[in-house]
Amino acid sequence: MVGALAITGGRLVTPQGLINGGVLVRDGRIAAIGGFDVPADAEWVDAKGALIAPGLIDVGVFAVDRPAFVAGGITRVVLMPDGGQPIETAALVQHAAAAGKPKVWVHPLAAATRGLAGGELAEVGLMREVGACGVATGRTWIADSGVMYRLLAYAASLGLRTVSHAEDGGLAGDAVMTDGETATRLGLAAAPAEAEALAVARDLLLAEVTGAPLHFRQVTTARSLDLIRAAKRRGLPVSCGITPAHLFLADNAVTGFRTFARLSPPLRDESDRQACLAAIADGTIDLICSGHDPQGPEAKRLPFADAEEGMAGAETLLTLGLMLVRDGLIGFERLFDLLATAPARLFGLPGGALKVDGEADLVIVDPDAPWRIESDRMAAAAGNTPFDGLPVQGRVVRTIKGGVPIS
Amino acid sequence: MSSSPTRPIDGREVHPFPHRHLTGIAGLQPHEIAFLLDEAEQWVQLNRGTAKHDDRLAGLTLINAFFENSTRTLLSFEIAGKRLGADVVNMAVAASSVKKGETLIDTAVTLNAMRADMIVIRHEASGAVQLIADKVDCPVLNAGDGRHEHPTQALLDALTIRRRKGRIDGLIVAICGDVLHSRVARSNILSLTALGAEVRVVGPPTLLPPAIERMGVTRCTDFDAGLEDADVVMMLRLQRERMAGGFVPSLREYHALYGLTYERLAKAAPDALVMHPGPMNRGVEIASDVADDLERSAITEQVEMGVAVRMACLDVLTRGRRGVAGW
Repeated sequence: MVGALAITGGRLVTPQGLINGGVLVRDGRIAAIGGFDVPADAEWVDAKGALIAPGLIDVGVFAVDRPAFVAGGITRVVLMPDGGQPIETAALVQHAAAAGKPKVWVHPLAAATRGLAGGELAEVGLMREVGACGVATGRTWIADSGVMYRLLAYAASLGLRTVSHAEDGGLAGDAVMTDGETATRLGLAAAPAEAEALAVARDLLLAEVTGAPLHFRQVTTARSLDLIRAAKRRGLPVSCGITPAHLFLADNAVTGFRTFARLSPPLRDESDRQACLAAIADGTIDLICSGHDPQGPEAKRLPFADAEEGMAGAETLLTLGLMLVRDGLIGFERLFDLLATAPARLFGLPGGALKVDGEADLVIVDPDAPWRIESDRMAAAAGNTPFDGLPVQGRVVRTIKGGVPIS
Repeated sequence: MSSSPTRPIDGREVHPFPHRHLTGIAGLQPHEIAFLLDEAEQWVQLNRGTAKHDDRLAGLTLINAFFENSTRTLLSFEIAGKRLGADVVNMAVAASSVKKGETLIDTAVTLNAMRADMIVIRHEASGAVQLIADKVDCPVLNAGDGRHEHPTQALLDALTIRRRKGRIDGLIVAICGDVLHSRVARSNILSLTALGAEVRVVGPPTLLPPAIERMGVTRCTDFDAGLEDADVVMMLRLQRERMAGGFVPSLREYHALYGLTYERLAKAAPDALVMHPGPMNRGVEIASDVADDLERSAITEQVEMGVAVRMACLDVLTRGRRGVAGW
């Protein structure tokens, strides 16, 4: 039995805005919010004016990197099926779900197809039975439209949302960047940004035919966002996410062959980046995720095209998100909707909001604390951040999972 | 006659070439490019004499590390090093036999530990030379990295043009063929635009990179229009593996649409200079009679200038470690 925990003197981030007060936690659940009398048996924490917010829920990570998640205020992760061996059986789902204990809740996504080869459907029904919270195509799209069509229909019948990687593999080919001046100057293989919209358009049509809930893990171009905006207007159950990298960096961040900026999908041009910011502001984008994928020097200290894709993003997710608030694009309540509430809603997870009797996954954040992102001082398994050297503000003071402070 | 860019005059002493490495033309100022060309002139003279030797690099070790096959560039650097008195070691590693990754950096560290004084690198991956340059203490020369840059080729081309035409500023240069996969094209675009030429890239749309206009050139998919009034026609090599339908339908179609023949060349300026970095696909991107026309073609002269330019680069980049005053 976990004792009570009383956090007072903070600013609560609720859907209605900021409220001065605190949170009382008992037996792993939120017992009271706002003002309350601190019980005698409770451990007492003074938030000293910091934000008290729901713990972050990070959709689509590739590794269970506990120190990074704790440092980033992330209490739940939705795990991609292809961090290592494809998560394609019930046993592998159970194994993956236990990997975060005791510091972080892990909700695996089931591999959509066997071996993630894009051919035969994997046993998504059996995987759902043991806790898979959705199905995912992995790091690539499913090229065969027939397979994708059947997958969407099948997953929907099980109540599972399909997580798709929006990139037309034929058009993308061996590209490592988006077509543009930077790719041309560096002599790197590049593909048109439309490779994404092509895949989004197809998957939206298939989602419309099947009525299946569909989530695009990352959407990064103006055209794709227009398609999703229109689909939402038609009432389709579609959602999409983005990482801070695509909100704050454009393809010129690769200049000098910086492999830490080798991402999938690749960084886009400045106009697409602006369109992504606009889509955050107008609500087209549902969630912000870290895409956490730590890659050590053996995978990154290589010629650009030979280096692995991906970034270690977990511990910088919140601080970069706070930049959106500081820039006046969104408020705190929208930020934590993007980082916690919407992910919980879309994938049917506990937590994600401060409400009485809700799961006590909390984060205490000093939104102004200054620090510098430094690749060689990261808590993550590897320091491959494209934001290396960037001065930022906003730091996690404490991460609380199930009512227990985690360190 | 020569209108090569002068160094900026603002009362301060400007170093003629303040770079440790030569990884690309990008990052070089026009006057720095011109400086290397000026330096190369003396070596053209030396190489045309009988005693082709100078001892200024005596005692220094030059390692040619070629991770990708090359005959002429390797030979050119070897001759350049030997004519300046350096001890030249060739390390020919076919890319397939060397594991990628850390091995590349390990190789760099190994070469460094052997106390090389200059390392010349060719590698199949764009950016690989920069990766090595960041890890070693001695000057690194890029002899071609992927599709990125081949700076000494651009310098030798500029020198060839400058000697034949007396200037580069104001000339119209058409770079024709497979620009997409060409490091020669990228380095030439950078150097020729820096030196004031008007550069066009001409080729099938499948072989022209998007956004190439952002490098200050005009793009043209009509060969005849691209050649119009050109003072220099620079043909690029079409790689065999690009010919089989992926980028162009066939060799004969490519030759019909983009092969340089006398008929084609008539669209260019009457005294247009024909260039090719070699090795040529005769009958594909260039007809043999055009390539062999000593009046019009500068192809063998390019090879000659290559040695001189590489001697200049080796000399300039090692001045610091040789203790030359002011370096």
